Amino acid sequence: MLAAAFVLATAALTTPVHADALDSIMAAKVIKVAVPQDFAPFGSAGLDLKPQGYDIDMANLIGKALGVKVEIIAVTSANRIPYLQTKKADIVISSLGKNAEREKVIDFSIAYAPFFSGVFGTKEIKLASADELKGKTIGATRGAIEEQELTKLAPADTTIKRFEDNNATIAAFVSGQVDLIATGNTVAAAIAEKVPARAPALKFVIKDSPCFIGLNKEEPKLLAKLNEIIAQAKTSGDIAKLSEKWLKAPLPPGF
Amino acid sequence: MNYKLQFGELLPHWDVLLWGLLFTVVLTVVSTVAGIAVGTAGASARTFGPKWLGSLVAGYVEVIRNTPFIVQLFFIFFGLPAAGLKLSESTAAFLAMTINLGAYSTEIIRAGIEAVPKGHIEAGISLAMTKWEVLRHIVLKQAFEKIYPALSSQIIIVMLGSAVVSQISAQDLTYAANLIASRNFRNFEVYLVVALAYLLLAMLTRSLLRGLGRILFKAK
Repeated sequence: MLAAAFVLATAALTTPVHADALDSIMAAKVIKVAVPQDFAPFGSAGLDLKPQGYDIDMANLIGKALGVKVEIIAVTSANRIPYLQTKKADIVISSLGKNAEREKVIDFSIAYAPFFSGVFGTKEIKLASADELKGKTIGATRGAIEEQELTKLAPADTTIKRFEDNNATIAAFVSGQVDLIATGNTVAAAIAEKVPARAPALKFVIKDSPCFIGLNKEEPKLLAKLNEIIAQAKTSGDIAKLSEKWLKAPLPPGF
Repeated sequence: MNYKLQFGELLPHWDVLLWGLLFTVVLTVVSTVAGIAVGTAGASARTFGPKWLGSLVAGYVEVIRNTPFIVQLFFIFFGLPAAGLKLSESTAAFLAMTINLGAYSTEIIRAGIEAVPKGHIEAGISLAMTKWEVLRHIVLKQAFEKIYPALSSQIIIVMLGSAVVSQISAQDLTYAANLIASRNFRNFEVYLVVALAYLLLAMLTRSLLRGLGRILFKAK
């Protein structure tokens, strides 16, 4: 009897006293969301200096679904997870990719935004796989993941023009020096926005690493609720609208 | 410093380096020949041609000598397509280097031409030589002999400056170095080897030019 009480007491002591995150959000009627401050089109300062972007719209979508106010906290890539761990933010919507390292410290919702590198080109070019690059010329940024993958994937007689940085690759595509580029979907979106006449269309995906909402571990209720909201936004077409608005492209097939 | 040099990491890429080296050599040779031709024409036009042509050449020389080479290169490769002139990276590199050397060598050769005594030209004319014969046998021959060392140095400068063409994806020696460094991250070894390659290339070019000079100007 005494032993059992002792076990219970220790259990109570060792388990951190913490209210369920979803309950405290609902009680406070505010959800604190960490968003990127420097990563357009996901999140950056607009002309009015307020954060704007895919992630900010996503945060507002979630706030609306929960029926609470949204408090936006602008963070950098480096400190977004610490903000979550120290409870300065309830959730992180900050173009967060999943990897084993991060999965040890935080939980992830289902994917809410497409993020991938692929081969893009002018709409006249018909191309559906790496094999069809045979004899074609394609630009890429030297050392970038998509350039290294492309070097492995492309047939031997593909001409890969490697440029020093993203800007040179973009300049080569915009000026018409190359009609195909391997790059990220956000870069393609930026080109489409600034030079609609040469909007790059997706030909095929090289590497897919979608974005997830990050939250603290052991918050099953919050996780379930977030997943429910995202799934609903996917079926209702709200996510597709965000993609069109910020990424200037429809959702990739299978998203 | 606790860095272990591993030159073995470069071995799998030897063919990339060799092709890069070959491209640099061919690019230098071709644009040197073309650039000196442009320079000779420019210097002759500035000294003997009509005034409007002289001013035109002077304008060209000033524009090229007072703008960075990389900007000239980017203008040709990224800028001109907007005006409907799309050049491949090799052609753009060749054109930029020719235009650049053309401007510098115009001034170098012009200095040589002006150092030719007037009496020699008058002597040629009094011997019933045509204008072209005077230019070729009296003016240019003496001019080139005088400015040959300066011109040789300019050729080396252009050869070393050609490293910039890697920025428009022309596959020269520096492009090869950048590519290899982005693969194995052995920056120290890669750039050390490539720097040595440029050094050897420059020394080789200099001694070749010196030998060529001896053959060209031996009849003294």
